[in-house]
Amino acid sequence: MCLGVPGKVLSISDDGMSAQVDFFGVQKELRLDIVDVPVTVGDYVLNHVGFAIRRIPPEEVGETLALFDQILKEAAAGDLMAEDVRGEMAAGKGGGESGRG
Amino acid sequence: MASPFDELKFRDPERARALSGALAREVEAAGRTISLMHVCGSHEQAIARFGLRAAFPRNLDVIMGPGCPVCVTDTPEVDEAVALAAQGARVCTYGDMLRLPGNSKSLADAQSDGGNVEVVYSVSQAVDLARQRPAEQVVFFASGFETTAVATAAVLLSGVPENFSVLSAHKYVPAAMDVVSEMKETNIEGFIAAGHAATITGWGIFEPFAARTRTPVVVAGFEPLDVLAAVLELVRLVRARRPEVMNCYPRCVSKEGNGPALEKLWKVFDVVGGNWRGIARVPRGNLELRSEWDHVNARRRFRIDTAAVGGASRNVLAEHCICGTIMSGLAKPSDCTLFGKECRPDAPVGACMVSSEGSCKIWHVYGGPPDLREVA
Amino acid sequence: MTGGGKVGLKHGAGGRAMRALIEEVFLGLASPVDGIGLSALDDGAAIRVGDRWLVITTDSHVVHPIFFPGGDIGRLAVSGTVNDLAMMGATEPLALTCAVILEEGFARDDLVRIRDSMLEASREAGAPIVTGDTKVMGHGEVDGIVLNTAGVALCDRVVTDAGLRVGDRILVTGSVGDHGMAVMVKRHALGIQGDLRSDVAPINGLVRAALLAGGEDVVAMKDPTRGGLASVLHEMAGKAKVGVLLDETAVPVNAEVRAACEVLGIDPLVVANEGKAVIGVRPGAADRVLAALRAHPLGRRAAIVGTAIADRPGQVILDTGLGRRLLAEPDGEPLPRIC
Repeated sequence: MCLGVPGKVLSISDDGMSAQVDFFGVQKELRLDIVDVPVTVGDYVLNHVGFAIRRIPPEEVGETLALFDQILKEAAAGDLMAEDVRGEMAAGKGGGESGRG
Repeated sequence: MASPFDELKFRDPERARALSGALAREVEAAGRTISLMHVCGSHEQAIARFGLRAAFPRNLDVIMGPGCPVCVTDTPEVDEAVALAAQGARVCTYGDMLRLPGNSKSLADAQSDGGNVEVVYSVSQAVDLARQRPAEQVVFFASGFETTAVATAAVLLSGVPENFSVLSAHKYVPAAMDVVSEMKETNIEGFIAAGHAATITGWGIFEPFAARTRTPVVVAGFEPLDVLAAVLELVRLVRARRPEVMNCYPRCVSKEGNGPALEKLWKVFDVVGGNWRGIARVPRGNLELRSEWDHVNARRRFRIDTAAVGGASRNVLAEHCICGTIMSGLAKPSDCTLFGKECRPDAPVGACMVSSEGSCKIWHVYGGPPDLREVA
Repeated sequence: MTGGGKVGLKHGAGGRAMRALIEEVFLGLASPVDGIGLSALDDGAAIRVGDRWLVITTDSHVVHPIFFPGGDIGRLAVSGTVNDLAMMGATEPLALTCAVILEEGFARDDLVRIRDSMLEASREAGAPIVTGDTKVMGHGEVDGIVLNTAGVALCDRVVTDAGLRVGDRILVTGSVGDHGMAVMVKRHALGIQGDLRSDVAPINGLVRAALLAGGEDVVAMKDPTRGGLASVLHEMAGKAKVGVLLDETAVPVNAEVRAACEVLGIDPLVVANEGKAVIGVRPGAADRVLAALRAHPLGRRAAIVGTAIADRPGQVILDTGLGRRLLAEPDGEPLPRIC
């Protein structure tokens, strides 16, 4: 529903109400009325309709990727378990998923 | 050139393939069809834009819910904006709203009729226009979920010229999920929640919903990896029968959300009931200006004559529209009596025909469900 | 059609609505000709004259703003007509005409500026402007200026936009979306700064290079103006009854255009170009034509972007690198989105 694009703060106006933000090659002024925490030059912010709606902490970019790797790892572990279960089923030991939830 | 998108790496095909491979195995292991719903037009855009639907396994249905605030804007709301343009106001709105049809006209039609209609990127631009043209009445036809409504709230709170007013068609996200979960029969087993709305409201807002409906919710971003990881996580929660809220978009969403923005939002807006196009009455679906803001509320300030522009107080055709059932995954577009007849891309009745990625629109344009998995 | 059967702006935007309007209304004018006439709905007409072809085209231009980064309405009018001739295979324009409708009060200085840029573009193209017409209308009866140019050229072989066969490769002569984004950002006062400039240019020289290299293996050409690459590929696919598989990652897009599109929620594939061509080539000649294009100053970023396929005739399949989807035919001018 809401188009949001991250950009890098280049400068902040004297009154602190707006910032010039770079979106990988084009620049646009964003209002800072509703950003969650104060921003400084070099920060990444999420833009929606000309307003910064969040400062994106750089470390959380890495954390998101780490989370995805974690999800992948858990899925892989789940697969191994599922294979065990299938192996057991093939061996006539029963188990596995029990239909619709 | 260094770009946030290169730095953010959320379009990396290799990781994407790993995630979609894991997703395929997860769904296969479930041994049945799993139906999930996203309630965000931008998720559908992302899924479509990056071709992710073709990367989903066959027995996974990712259904597009009533999550596009533009598509669910009902005809009487559009009629009000068209009428204001016909009455001489300069109507500013987001580009998405221009071609959205009212009962007989869209704002694009109003423009053809000689009305002053301007597409703006930001509500700030509309305020600037009002300052530049003090002799005119400038009305901002506001659409979007709370993410966009906070911007409207911010400009009102920072002061607007006397000739500026707001016609609100803002919608409220949690209502979209309630609509579906309250349908009598639905086979939706999990929800993908709108990431940018959650940036404002925080993911905590979905916890009561998950607990009440016993349905897991995953908050997702809009890059390919965001979507794939969220879908994978949601399938896992479904299989494990864990009706929890999981935040897969931590770089933009916290549990509490954006406090200062929420404070501004509720200073200006109230949640009220309203009709959603093709879905019927939604008890807490709309965001309307609070009574303290009557002086900038176009509905209070002007006598809006929608009958003069072919408006109607109720959308009669919409009463036959089955968008709600299509969105809940229980019917196909071809099951609707209006499909391709009264309801077409150039004269859409329901939300599913308005949205460029709506299932009715896609079926109409391509003559059926586009399945590309077998194209060589 | 909504709006009580009136013509709307979407009917001029180069998409499905415009094609429907032309088919429903103007096709009534079509009469049989020895060659390619109105009913072909191509970039221009081609009439047999002896053993050669006389190619004719006409185009009316309106643009807001009249002056934009990279060009103006004058350069646009000359380039548009020269390029339409070139898309038919006629890269040596004999002459252009120029008709102008002005609104009372139009600044003379602006008119002189427009004339100068017409002259510059006509010299680049080697296309002399030989006759013209001027009308002035009252204030508010026309919006500023409407500029019409027509062009004629002779050629030995006509290339249509309907010649694709299964297996043919599809080339684009450079980056897409430059013109439309430069104009949109100015028109809607979007407050986006950056090096966004129109690609408006006569490209008959570039097309000549492609034709010299590819000869009869160049089988389809069209310039991706309104509606962009997406619209052209739909038209080529529809007329030739083939499918088109487009490799999105191969489509050249300038970084600034990509950025502006990202911010505004617009797909560069539907954005207008005014100095590019889409060229269909038999598979064996694709590399040769590509090399010829890249050797030309206006074709350095040329690329092979797609293939004609047997599946899904009339449709365009986009391979995003992550998956595949059908590319919808654009309808109406792209606008900034919020969702």
